[in-house]
Amino acid sequence: MSLSILAVDDSRTIRDMLKLALTQAGFEPQLAEDGVHGLEVLDGLQPDAIITDINMPRLDGFGFIEAVRGQDAHRATPILVLTTESAPELKARARAAGATGWIVKPFDPAKLVRALHMVAGPGATA
Amino acid sequence: MTSPDPMAEIRASFFIECDELLEALQDGLTQIDEGAADDETVNVCFRAVHSIKGGAGAFGLDDLVRFAHRYETVLDEVRGGRLALDHDAVLLFMRAADILFDIVRNCRDDVETDATAVEPTLRELESLTGGSEGEEEEEVADFQPMTLSLDLGLGAVDTGDTRYEIRFRPERELFASGNEPLFILRALGELGHTETECTLGAIPDLSKLEAEGALLSWKIILETNRARNEIEEVFEFVEGLCTLEIEELSGFSLPPLPDLPEISEVPGDSAESIESEDANSAPPISRLNLTLPGAQETQTPKTAPVSETPAPAHASAKSQTQRSSGSPSAPPATVRVDLERIERLVNLVGELVINQAMLSQSVAQAGIPANSPVAQDLEEFMQLTRDIQDSVMMIRAQPVKSLFQRMARIVRESSASLGKRVRLVTDGETTEVDKTVIERLADPLTHMIRNAVDHGLESAESRIEAGKSEEGCITLSAAHRSGRVVIEVSDDGGGIDREKVRAIAEEKGLVQAGQSLSESDTDALLFLPGFSTAKTVSNLSGRGVGMDVVRKSIQDLGGQVHITSTPGKGTSFSISLPLTLAVLDGMVVEAAGETLVVPLGSIVETLTARHENMRALGADSQVLQVRQSFVPLLDLGVELGFREPRSDYHGSVVLLITLEDGTRSALIVDRIHEQRQVVIKGLQESYGYVPGIAAATILGDGQVALILDPVDLLSSANGKTRYRSADLQIAG
Repeated sequence: MSLSILAVDDSRTIRDMLKLALTQAGFEPQLAEDGVHGLEVLDGLQPDAIITDINMPRLDGFGFIEAVRGQDAHRATPILVLTTESAPELKARARAAGATGWIVKPFDPAKLVRALHMVAGPGATA
Repeated sequence: MTSPDPMAEIRASFFIECDELLEALQDGLTQIDEGAADDETVNVCFRAVHSIKGGAGAFGLDDLVRFAHRYETVLDEVRGGRLALDHDAVLLFMRAADILFDIVRNCRDDVETDATAVEPTLRELESLTGGSEGEEEEEVADFQPMTLSLDLGLGAVDTGDTRYEIRFRPERELFASGNEPLFILRALGELGHTETECTLGAIPDLSKLEAEGALLSWKIILETNRARNEIEEVFEFVEGLCTLEIEELSGFSLPPLPDLPEISEVPGDSAESIESEDANSAPPISRLNLTLPGAQETQTPKTAPVSETPAPAHASAKSQTQRSSGSPSAPPATVRVDLERIERLVNLVGELVINQAMLSQSVAQAGIPANSPVAQDLEEFMQLTRDIQDSVMMIRAQPVKSLFQRMARIVRESSASLGKRVRLVTDGETTEVDKTVIERLADPLTHMIRNAVDHGLESAESRIEAGKSEEGCITLSAAHRSGRVVIEVSDDGGGIDREKVRAIAEEKGLVQAGQSLSESDTDALLFLPGFSTAKTVSNLSGRGVGMDVVRKSIQDLGGQVHITSTPGKGTSFSISLPLTLAVLDGMVVEAAGETLVVPLGSIVETLTARHENMRALGADSQVLQVRQSFVPLLDLGVELGFREPRSDYHGSVVLLITLEDGTRSALIVDRIHEQRQVVIKGLQESYGYVPGIAAATILGDGQVALILDPVDLLSSANGKTRYRSADLQIAG
C-alpha cells in the first residue's frame, strides 16, 4: 500500500510532473486544477497528504488550505505548499494558513518524496 | 527521473501550455488596454507568466526563468495596485510578452536567446517601478532549480559516524499544522542508527488531560554519517513549532541497533507504558482515538490510526475518480491527440466515403428498387457517413484566435518601426478553420498586414489633413460563409491610388498604354509578379515578396483573394478558403480514356470549341477566341502525354482555366462527367512530384483518378503549346 496524495496546481506541466514523480515513487496521485476543483476532488476522499500551489484561479492556495482545515476530516491532514519563492515570509504565510510544510518549485522528485514521508509517514506496509 | 520518455512528453506539453498561457497573457493585456479589465485580469496575466516560470524552472530553461521572473515581478506591482498602467505601459508589457514568446520558442528549439536584445525592454519595464537591477538579480539567484540538492546529500564525504543527541519537544501548534512527530522520528531513523526515548513526565492524570495538548517530548541519540544540515532538514517544517536541540556528541560509537522497526515502535511503546501505568483509564483513551479520527492532537500515540488510514483512503480514491470526472464546475475536458492519429482517421473516413459510394453503385447495378429496405437502409448509411465525415473534419478545426494574435504582434512591430500609430480590431476570433490552413495562412497574412500598415495607411500628417484620426485602424475578421471561411484584412487608409498603379504597371510592361481597364482590373494588377507600389523600398514590406506570392499561397490552399478599394476610405483584402484541405470540389472529366479531376476553383466556365472561334498560331498551336480576347488552347490528353494532337477540335468541350496571375487558358477535355467532392490522397510520399498532377483520389466506382494542378500543368505545358499565356495576352 502506498500513500494517496491530492495534488492541486493550475499548471498542466507541474501537474504532469507531480503525477510522474508521485507515480514513480509508488504513490497514488489525485490531481486538481485549482482550489475549487481541489475541494471537489477532496470531497469524500481521505488522502494521506495534500500538495497545493499558491497562485491559482478561482481559489488560491491559501484559501484552499483554509477551507480544507475547516473540515473536521482534514483538520490534521498534512498539506505541503508548492512555492517558487523560498522567502521566509512566504513560509510563514503558508504556515499561518495552516500548511504543514513546503516544497520549493522546481521540485526535486526525491526531495518531494522525502518531504511527503516526513509529513505523512511511510505508508501502510513500509 | 529514471525514464527520459515521460519527461520529454511533459516538456513538449509544457510548450503547448506556454502557448495557451501566452494567449491568455495577450488577451489580458488587450483587455487592460481597452479598459475592459478587472482585478482578475491582472491576476490572470500574472499567473500566466508565473506558470511559465514554474515550468521553465523544472526543465532548467534559465533564459526563460530569468525573463519570466523579472516580468512577473513588475506584473506583481500592477497586481498589488502599486503600479497603474497607461496606454504606453501596456504597449511595453505587450512588447515584453512578445519577447517572452520568442524566448519560449527559442527554448523549445534549443536556441540560445541573445540577452542583449532582451535586456533593454526588461530595463524599461523595471524602470516603471523604479526597481533597481541589483535587487532583481539577487532575487533571481534566490530562485534556483533544486535538482542538485539530492546529489549534495549523497555526495557527503563519509567521515565515519557522528553521534548527535537531539531533544525534541513539540508544541501544540505543531499538531495544528498537520505535522506528526512519529513521521519526523521515522525520517530521522532513515539517516542512521537511532535510539529514542520518550519523556512522559508532563502527562497529568487522565481527568486533567487536555485532548489536544502537546505533552510528550523525545530524546534521540542519532548515529549517522550524514551532514548536520540533513538532520536539520528533517525538522524544517516544524521549526518554530517545537523546542529543538541538536548537540554533537564526541567520543565512542554505539553498537549497531536495529533502527527502523524500533523507531516505528517507539510511540507504541509509550502507549503501552501509558496503559500499564493507568490501566483503568485505558479504554477512554482508545475511545478518544475512535471519536476523533485523524485528529492526532492528543498526546496519545497514533500508531493504529496511521496504519488504518491508507486502506479507506485507497478505496475512496477509486470512487473519487469517477465522481470528479463528472464534476460540473471543472473546465471542459480536452484530450490531446497526436496529429498523425487524426490524419489517419481522416483518411479512413475518406475511404469509408469512397467505399460507401461503391456500395451504392453496386446496389443500383443489381437492380434493387429504390423503395426496398436495402436501398432505404443504405440511404441512412449515407447520411451517417456524411455526419461522420463532418465530425472528423471538425476535430482538425481550430479557432483562428492564435493566428490573429500573431497578427496583432505584426501590427505592433511594423507600426513601431514605421512610427505610425495603428490600432488592430479583430472580429470572429472563434471562427474555426482546419489546423493546416491556419498554419499556412500565417505567412501570407503577415505580409498583407505589413502591407496594410506600410502602404495601406497614410502618414499621420496626411490622415489629419484628410480629417481622419491620427491613429490608423486595421480590421482583421473571420467568418463562415456558405461552406467556406472568409478572412478579411481592411484598413481605413487612402485606398489604392489607381493612377499610380496603372503608371507602374505600364512602366513595367505589365499592361499596354491605352488599354482599357476597369477599376477592379487595375486593383488586380497588384497581384502580378514583380509589381510593387512602394517608391522607396522600406525594410518592412520590400522583402522581395510581392502580392503575387501571397496570392499563390492562398490559391495553394484552394482559396481565392479579392481586393476592393475606395479612394480616401481604405482597402480591403478578402480571402475565401475551403474549410478543410482533405476534400476538394472538383470536376470529374475524361481525357484520352483517362478519368481526371480538375479543381473547381480554377475553372471559370465551360464552353464548346467551334471552328469560327479557333485561330492557328505558329506551326503547332491554336488559340481560342473567348469574347474579346484570345486564349491559348491546350489539349489535356496531349499535355499529359496520353495521345497525339487531334486534327480537328471542333465541338470539343473546353474548360476555361484562370491562373493566379489572372491569365487564362482553354483546356480541351473529351467529356465532363460530374461535379463532386473528392477525398484528396497525396501522391508526393509514394510517387514524388508528378508534373501537372497535384494528388489523386478514388472515385465511387473504385477507380483511381488523378487531380490536376492547373498552375503546374500550364507552366510545364509541352512543345505543342509552348507559348506562355502571358506572352499571348500581350500578343492578343
